[in-house]
Amino acid sequence: MGTLRAILHEIIGLFVDDGSLALALVVWCALVGLLMLAVSGVTMATAGAALLAGCVAILLVNVVTAARKRRGARAGN
Amino acid sequence: MTWIELAPTVSAAFLASLVECVEAATIVLAVGTVRGWKSAFVGTGLALAALVVLVLALGPALSQLPEQALQLFVGILLLLFGMRWLRKAILRGAGIIPLHDEDAIFKSETANLKLAQTTERWGVDPIAMATAFKGVLLEGVEVAFLVLAVAAGSPALIGPAALGALAAAVLVTIAAVAIHKPLARVPENTLKFAVGVLISAFGIFWTGEGMGIEWPGHDLALIGIAAVLLGAALLGVRLAAAPAQTMEAR
Repeated sequence: MGTLRAILHEIIGLFVDDGSLALALVVWCALVGLLMLAVSGVTMATAGAALLAGCVAILLVNVVTAARKRRGARAGN
Repeated sequence: MTWIELAPTVSAAFLASLVECVEAATIVLAVGTVRGWKSAFVGTGLALAALVVLVLALGPALSQLPEQALQLFVGILLLLFGMRWLRKAILRGAGIIPLHDEDAIFKSETANLKLAQTTERWGVDPIAMATAFKGVLLEGVEVAFLVLAVAAGSPALIGPAALGALAAAVLVTIAAVAIHKPLARVPENTLKFAVGVLISAFGIFWTGEGMGIEWPGHDLALIGIAAVLLGAALLGVRLAAAPAQTMEAR
């Protein structure tokens, strides 16, 4: 049972390491999808660019925040 | 099938499998060195058999899903998987978190295995077998998922993706048998950086396709997305490392 739980935990860990990054990416994908449904004038190129730009922005904000937190934790020790 | 479809799929499967196989090889080497090769090979064989069963069960089940739903589901999973790798590779590249050290992992695994008592059954050490089984199964699940996922757009791509993964497994096995040590010289963070870019690009591409986005240039868009992600990831390393360098300069 313990091994199975460990394997399940590892499998979830394949996709979610930093919860805020995973959540932000899923929410962004959902927002772009909703935008495509709600706004009729959105072109495919705009939707694709928005999806890519949002994912890139989320990643950059996440790594900069994580770097600041780690540095702050190191300075505190 | 064109090289534009084949090249990203095969290279993503090959590079990702290379990283996973190196990690699995470290565990099998630790088990074999400390507790005996028979138990290590039995554990590895059982894990490979379990993986075959898993792929045979999941593969046809996935093909039952409507194409667009499958692309969206796999795309989001690939996006989460790839961005997780890319985030770690950026933070490692910026010196924020330590690099993955196969030698240190090998030492830690061998120390743990030496502590455990030997209780052989039918000539096989259960602790050693379970350690090899778990290590190979977990890394193998990642490889199996990646092979199935990067080929989500076309069943014809599963074969080339699987060949890419198999080539990585053969290469790592030959290297591990030849040097009998953990493959610590493999530039794992560079590989993870490249794989993170490729897998995230696939994730964004398939998620978009699943939403109904028709990418400009179709499959060529994948290369454009990967180029944007590579530029952003390199910028991420600079941004994450910048304040530390400024502080050190002071």
